[in-house]
Amino acid sequence: MTTTNGSNEAIPTLQLLDPQGNRVTTRGSKGYRDRAAALTTEDLRGMYRDMVLTRRFDDEATSLQRQGELALFAPARGQEAAQVGSAYALRPQDYVFPSYREHGVLHVRGLDPVDRLRFFRGSDHGGWNPTEHNTSVYTIVIGAHTLHATGYAMGVQRDNTPLDKHDGTAVITYFGDGATSQGDVNEAMVYAAVNDAPVVFFLQNNQWAISEPTTRQTKTPLYKRGEAFGLPSLRVDGNDVLAVYAATQEALERARTGQGPSFIEAFTYRMGAHTTSDDPTRYRTSEQEELWRGRDPIDRLGALLRAEGALDDDFEAEIKAEGDELGAELRDGVRALDGGPAVSSMFDDVYATPHGTVAAERAWYEAYDAGDPPAPQYATADSAQGGAR
Amino acid sequence: MTTMAERTHTTSGAPEPASGIQTLSFGKAINEGLRAAMRRDDKVMLMGEDIGPLGGVFRVTDGLQAEFGEQRVVDTPLAESGIVGTAIGLAMRGYRPVCEIQFDGFVFPAFNQITTQLSKIHNRTRGAVQMPVVIRIPYGGGIGGVEHHGESPESLFAHTAGLRVVSPSTPQDAYTMIQEAIASPDPVLYFEPKSRYWGKGAVDLGAPVGTDTLNAAHVVRQGTDVTFVAYGPSVATALKAADALAEEGRSAEVLDLRAISPLDTAAIVASVRKTGRCVVIHEAPVFFGAGAEIAARVTEECFYALEAPVLRVGGFHTPYPVAKHEHEYLPSVDRVLDAVDRAFAH
Repeated sequence: MTTTNGSNEAIPTLQLLDPQGNRVTTRGSKGYRDRAAALTTEDLRGMYRDMVLTRRFDDEATSLQRQGELALFAPARGQEAAQVGSAYALRPQDYVFPSYREHGVLHVRGLDPVDRLRFFRGSDHGGWNPTEHNTSVYTIVIGAHTLHATGYAMGVQRDNTPLDKHDGTAVITYFGDGATSQGDVNEAMVYAAVNDAPVVFFLQNNQWAISEPTTRQTKTPLYKRGEAFGLPSLRVDGNDVLAVYAATQEALERARTGQGPSFIEAFTYRMGAHTTSDDPTRYRTSEQEELWRGRDPIDRLGALLRAEGALDDDFEAEIKAEGDELGAELRDGVRALDGGPAVSSMFDDVYATPHGTVAAERAWYEAYDAGDPPAPQYATADSAQGGAR
Repeated sequence: MTTMAERTHTTSGAPEPASGIQTLSFGKAINEGLRAAMRRDDKVMLMGEDIGPLGGVFRVTDGLQAEFGEQRVVDTPLAESGIVGTAIGLAMRGYRPVCEIQFDGFVFPAFNQITTQLSKIHNRTRGAVQMPVVIRIPYGGGIGGVEHHGESPESLFAHTAGLRVVSPSTPQDAYTMIQEAIASPDPVLYFEPKSRYWGKGAVDLGAPVGTDTLNAAHVVRQGTDVTFVAYGPSVATALKAADALAEEGRSAEVLDLRAISPLDTAAIVASVRKTGRCVVIHEAPVFFGAGAEIAARVTEECFYALEAPVLRVGGFHTPYPVAKHEHEYLPSVDRVLDAVDRAFAH
């Protein structure tokens, strides 16, 4: 398959499943077809289920935002194959560094759905413990986390030396087409390349950085950015869950076997708005949206499963019921978060060890909040803490 | 690239650990502190530009790659955001990276990683992930450097919650403080006064490593008439000014802050309540500098003990000047004495 990138240039793109849900065979794709063929029917049904539930999560969260229960939400609609397909290739010990739209990845990693919305409710800057699911919290500063992923991979590399002691840990970081313009993403590829760090750079090119099309970020197909840094790089049809899975598995395998970093561009489309505050009608056409509705990643896998006799109305009903359950859990769970933790928790975990200024300001705030005459804000309170210690 | 065959290094062929009390230059004291920390904990690693075979442009890491190998003393690409960003990832994996930023003026490419990421990850994860990262920054002027080689950006970091900001003034503190910074579970900005790198002093290599120097100011000279509050390179200036003042029959107390975040307000207040006058001295611009915060706190806490307003001596609100002019920009003994005269004129 080839696609174009806003120009007439044909770009080689791995595809194993066409938009109608037919398995396709192209030259050079044998290795990937073999990887996809190793997925059992149950695996494929699981992927389908997880993609549908990811979209349901999106819809529920968007509704919660409209009802005033969330401050903001960034939907992942249209990117379910890129996210679920890549996450299926991961092992539990692998470490994930997401950006902020990877709801499908988080779903597959098993993160609590309500925890995934704490950030968007405005009751937490993170929402989960990264060490419990080997999944870092969302990073809002675009591309900053790709360096963290690279550093983590450099740590894995040092822990697993020599290589035969390797526990098979790999690292993956997700970012978007806008992020490829950030210095940090480029520095991350430099560091990963010269260190042979076991990290996969997974770009979801959803063609829009809020209102800016990919043509505002690049003159060249984005997978070539990876190539330029010396990383094995591949462009895949990001709405083809089989191609995404196979490509990610191959890249992770390279990381696990000491062959260093890789770069994957999953070419997809952000079907929804950037966030609930965005208005795509101001910068893109409904024709384009319509075109990509015809390439819906969920419909595509559904068509394959139906054709292969692995998806019937009963299974659809089962997933629907599970979605309803998820929706209820989200609505109840998010509302139960109420205002979040006590206001004075803003003073918690600013430092891991006591810091005189934070201690003094906490003491002052708590006295003020209790209606006591405000204590002197600084030195007296510091002294009460035994100096600034 | 050498193999990573030995994570735990062997000491065969390595120099014997230094011990006892030795006379060391400031730079060598940091070097010995790094060595001691690396011998104590094999998760401690160094990252920076030219820190390997060259030993850093100031030779602070001299000999450390030879002893600990390329996997623990890493010559990084020339990209400061990358140094700090990858250090964050290494810390998440359980390492204790010590980053060298080659010169003060080069920290700004890493400013985003330091202020939006390093400082906040512990808070963002509600304490689940600690950030034991040290960032060493040679800073300050007086060595005739070109542009971007004489600046004092410490206030920019003290203004960011989640970071600790320290600066030693003596070889002994340099040795102890670098080890305490590395042992800290919080990120520490460790500012090295480059004009002091070559100054020598006695260093007790067996001095205990706790947490004191990251938190507590200390009085380096007792006095009764005025308090000089200083840190890093300005401590020596304050001591010289105190000597000059003694010849005029006035007694200055000199307080070495060691840290500006946290700020040991109690120590400052205790001294100023005794002397009634306070002059803050730093190389950084006075405008919105650490002295402004100190003056505000002293005014709030010592209002009735003050004989004069708190005065500040430091850099001007100009770009750091060319080397030919820097000695007029930096706080000098003369300018400190001028401030004392103004304080006594009240």
